[in-house]
Amino acid sequence: MKGFDLMAVLLNPEFSRMLAHGLKMTCIIFIGSWLLAMSLGMTLLAVRMLPSRIADGFVAVFISYHRNVPTLVQLMLWYFGISSLLPDSAQIWLGDHSGEAVFAVIALGLCQAAYFCEDQRSGLRAVPKGQWEAARALGHGYIGAMAYILLPQAIRNAMPALVNHTVSLFKNSSLAMAIGVAELTHAVKEVENQSFRPFETYLIATIAYLVCSLLLMWLGHYLEQRSRVAGAI
Amino acid sequence: MSLLQNMVDIVRDNWLLLLVGQYPNGPLGGILATIVLSVLGIALAFPLSVVMALAGLSSWRALRWPVTAIVYITRGVPLLLIILWVYFVLPLLIGHGVPAFTTMLVTLVGYEAAFLSEIVRAGIQALPRGQMDAARALGHGHLGAMRYVILPQALFNMIPSILSQFVSTIKETTLGYIINVPELTFAAGQINNRLLTKPFEVYFILAISYFIVCWTLTFVTTVVERRITTRRTFDQSAAAAAAALATTSASASGT
Repeated sequence: MKGFDLMAVLLNPEFSRMLAHGLKMTCIIFIGSWLLAMSLGMTLLAVRMLPSRIADGFVAVFISYHRNVPTLVQLMLWYFGISSLLPDSAQIWLGDHSGEAVFAVIALGLCQAAYFCEDQRSGLRAVPKGQWEAARALGHGYIGAMAYILLPQAIRNAMPALVNHTVSLFKNSSLAMAIGVAELTHAVKEVENQSFRPFETYLIATIAYLVCSLLLMWLGHYLEQRSRVAGAI
Repeated sequence: MSLLQNMVDIVRDNWLLLLVGQYPNGPLGGILATIVLSVLGIALAFPLSVVMALAGLSSWRALRWPVTAIVYITRGVPLLLIILWVYFVLPLLIGHGVPAFTTMLVTLVGYEAAFLSEIVRAGIQALPRGQMDAARALGHGHLGAMRYVILPQALFNMIPSILSQFVSTIKETTLGYIINVPELTFAAGQINNRLLTKPFEVYFILAISYFIVCWTLTFVTTVVERRITTRRTFDQSAAAAAAALATTSASASGT
């Protein structure tokens, strides 16, 4: 066992390059899947509010599947399973264009969309019914009442849950290593194998993850404070 | 429909492996190992989490701060990285190699204890303050009041949250796949390696198996939650009725 030396890992050009690249990939996957999850989550919420039981049932099944199947299994189903059903030309194209990262973004994004949709739905349900009636009485149409009166309050209600799930999406991006994406946890394993310094490498990664997560929590808290309206319950 | 036929064939040929792994001839695996791992994880984490919650609510900074630090670290670091830490540190601490199952169990106990302690803390804080004051007035010490008055009520109200944490734990055991814990995902990986040509069918069966287990438990959680809410509102209305009765009889006897 060598003595503890953080700099042996950090100052080694090869190792620090791998770790930096890993952090970059983690951020790319996090941001990509967050955008996908947020837009899909909102779309699902809109579909769910259509006056159609079929649409409602479809969204309910989507959400139930993504919440009751482990994220890792969803990733593996996309990368090993669904990719094998694609036509050969698409498989070759994906192989050339880092398909594992594409599938990681899709799988993580779809999974998190289910959570975001549920967060926003409960946020919307927490808005008192009188708000809707008042908005309609003031002459707003359906879209106007939603956009100006209900959704701003719903998002405010949903903020804490959305922030929590954003942080867990960031943490879940580490699962992408299981399908071979070269993100931070993957880079950590590689550096550890080459440097024989697991303690130092894990410590660097832990601090990197912790700082990013705490920044996200702080950012969420800041937005929550900012969007609070004086006198609102 | 050949897809469906393939899936039925795979399940027919491998149901024992998916259910118990190589059990009599090898380590326990499959769904059973997943469930054993989650039950043990939650059961061992629970007492730890109550201690952590009490420490977190303590008025002594020396008890409060370490718990806060642990909770923030477990909330901010991916479970996968914690597994790697335990995988590397645990053998160093006890001086000899550890089976992957034990590594995963130790990780889960630590990880779940941090999350459960937040649930327990919230449950204790949700009780009306008067409960603690009344227990202290009756002569209980702080710990006695916790043990006989606060915790029994708080833990009862927390049953739904603990159940849903159990569902999360089942989903988290899949990460044992990374360090080769023989559980359900590992069994599916084995089947996939043997067949090679039917990855979609194998992983879809895997997803359905988890879905059945987790969906059933989520359903049970909802039912339990509903019953607990009913019971609480019933208790409250009964208490209100009793109070109303007491006032009426008091005023009746007063006149």
